Amino acid sequence: MTSGAIAYLDNAASTPLCLEAVEAMAPLQRELYANPTGAHRMARDTRRRIDDARDVMAEALGSQPGEIVFTGGGTEGDNLAVVGRHMKAGGVTVCSAIEHHAVLEPVEHLGGRVVAVDAAGVIDLDALAAALDDDVTVVSVMLANNETGMVQPLEQVAELVRSGTPQAVLHTDAVQAFPWLDVASLAAGADLISVSAHKFGGPKGVGALVVRDGVELSPLLLGGGQERGLRSGTHNAAGIAGMAAAAEVVLKSRVEQVVRLAGLRDRLAEGVLSAVDGTVETGERSGKVAGSAHLCFEGIESEALLFLLEDAGVYASAASSCSSGAQDPSHVLAAMGYDRMLAGGSLRLSLGYETTDAEIDQALSVIPSAVARLRDYGTG
Amino acid sequence: MRVLAAMSGGVDSSVAAAMLAEQGHDVVGVTLKLWGGESDTGCCSVSDVEDARRVADLLGLQHHVFNFGDAFDQRVVAPYVDDHAVGLTPNPCIECNRHIKFDKLMVRAEALGFDAVATGHHARLEAAEDGFRVRRGVDDAKDQSYVLYMLGQEQMSRLLLPIGHLTKGEVRGRAADLGLRNSAKPDSQDVCFIANRAGGRQGFLSRRLGESPATVVDADGTELGSVEAVQAVTIGQRRGLNLGGTDEPRYVTNVDIPAGRVTVGRREDLYTPIQEVSDIHWVDEAVDGPVDIQVSAHGTPAVGVVDQAGRVTWEEPQRRVAPGQAVVFYQGELVAGGAVAA
Repeated sequence: MTSGAIAYLDNAASTPLCLEAVEAMAPLQRELYANPTGAHRMARDTRRRIDDARDVMAEALGSQPGEIVFTGGGTEGDNLAVVGRHMKAGGVTVCSAIEHHAVLEPVEHLGGRVVAVDAAGVIDLDALAAALDDDVTVVSVMLANNETGMVQPLEQVAELVRSGTPQAVLHTDAVQAFPWLDVASLAAGADLISVSAHKFGGPKGVGALVVRDGVELSPLLLGGGQERGLRSGTHNAAGIAGMAAAAEVVLKSRVEQVVRLAGLRDRLAEGVLSAVDGTVETGERSGKVAGSAHLCFEGIESEALLFLLEDAGVYASAASSCSSGAQDPSHVLAAMGYDRMLAGGSLRLSLGYETTDAEIDQALSVIPSAVARLRDYGTG
Repeated sequence: MRVLAAMSGGVDSSVAAAMLAEQGHDVVGVTLKLWGGESDTGCCSVSDVEDARRVADLLGLQHHVFNFGDAFDQRVVAPYVDDHAVGLTPNPCIECNRHIKFDKLMVRAEALGFDAVATGHHARLEAAEDGFRVRRGVDDAKDQSYVLYMLGQEQMSRLLLPIGHLTKGEVRGRAADLGLRNSAKPDSQDVCFIANRAGGRQGFLSRRLGESPATVVDADGTELGSVEAVQAVTIGQRRGLNLGGTDEPRYVTNVDIPAGRVTVGRREDLYTPIQEVSDIHWVDEAVDGPVDIQVSAHGTPAVGVVDQAGRVTWEEPQRRVAPGQAVVFYQGELVAGGAVAA
């Protein structure tokens, strides 16, 4: 049944590699394949591509080039920020309840504090203030949430951290925000910023962490001392070049893409809301990144809905997938106070720079009847 | 036919899916994620799901994972614990079949447009004029018809059991012929959500229920010893009673949880001419007259008569069945119905 067109609405999970990234990566695979720390000309030529990429990422993230640490992706950047800071400074870690597992798990593992969010999925600033004391060494609050798309008030968070716990550093997971928001300015108050290339048209397995001058971290990987000693291991040169090329596309086209895709997203969300009774939109749409639509359907289970959507060529997701591929209950919706039944009927439709009108049409032609079918069967 | 094949990652369900695909059915594989806690078997683990996915890939089948963890907790694990709290010995595999595989999964399969669900149980389904019947699997040692007694006509009409006419050896042979990576994987044993390395059944129950000690007495009421966790004691049990060496083996003949008392006796004290049962289910009409009755997954059947008052009258006295266990009625190789020991 999946012979027809595909509507790919799972860009918050991963995006297609943009052509600019493909082009930037190609020469680093068969021509400039030297280890960039080597002593010969090919090594230096490879190294130059990495230095160029560092400049691009610094501009994109509002840092100095020397503050960029290339990582193996968002999870590694998040862990390096939280765990690396804790290894260095000890003390107490703090994060919001809606962080990605790559932040939440380290904080919980380290016995840290988890701060509540409100019903719209925005961090409760009073609760944050109450969690900050002299023992806190790192605070991690994401810029935009990966399930709901809700943007967090990072500037106010930074203000609270500065006044409430000046010895602590602020980390923000900007993985979901980067394609949509001016991270350089919105995260200017953060000491540590992580991004992941494959969420914005770059390759998988590469990311960057801004580590502002003067912020001390312990490395998680020891070895050859690459990346100021914070990330040993041979550089993923092709990946880094691909990430920078994709970041340039974002810098160049973000403003116009945000306008275009917010329009498509609104058409999609409103179309589904008007066609399907018993649908709840999580959070305030005006508070979300432009590519994100997140809905909960009463009386159905996401897994069954995703199955029917896939059959009709619409690829989406519910909450985060666990390592087995099963859909796990959403910790984000639980933190927002959604009951487990309603949260169990969630659907995340996430658009990307390559999303077309036709894909939105396809989703709108499929979702209402799929929900109706499942409700008819009382399942599912 | 469009068939949803339940694939555990084991060899039986893998071969079942393969056979249906060979027969030309449009097969989609699904692995149920039921349990997130500790287990020995690796059931529901990432590696089991991985096995199922790799087998599906090899067979060219789409594969999905359904997370039925909440339903499994509510309908299988919680009742298992509650039953033990009141002195019953439930059979969780049967409850899983009743509520998860042949209810929730079947309803979902229908909603998703499937004509049938297939499983890798060792049993056969037969269509007769008066409806469907479950027949024992060809392989006596592996027959699983006992855990399928609860199937109704509607469920059987939408169920396929492709491997029931094969022996386990033949199933493994087919798996090897197909190049399936799990052809030599050991059979699953015991209760999938209980881990031996976490204290087994008693450890699991004591974490959920706490432990209440009980005195162990003989038929005259003479105190012989004590046990730490009365909830984990089952009628017929011989080991783990802390009685030390006795002249002859002693068996649990009664468990009284409120009184904190376990009564033991000789083997012959376990035997009874009448077995009380509840929740009688007949596949077709109630059988009036003797049937073969099996009281454990691989037990030897004995002859008895079931009356509608909820009593089984044995032809020869039989060991008392622990309350909560399934009591399954056969006519020859065909499942006629079943009940729960009271």
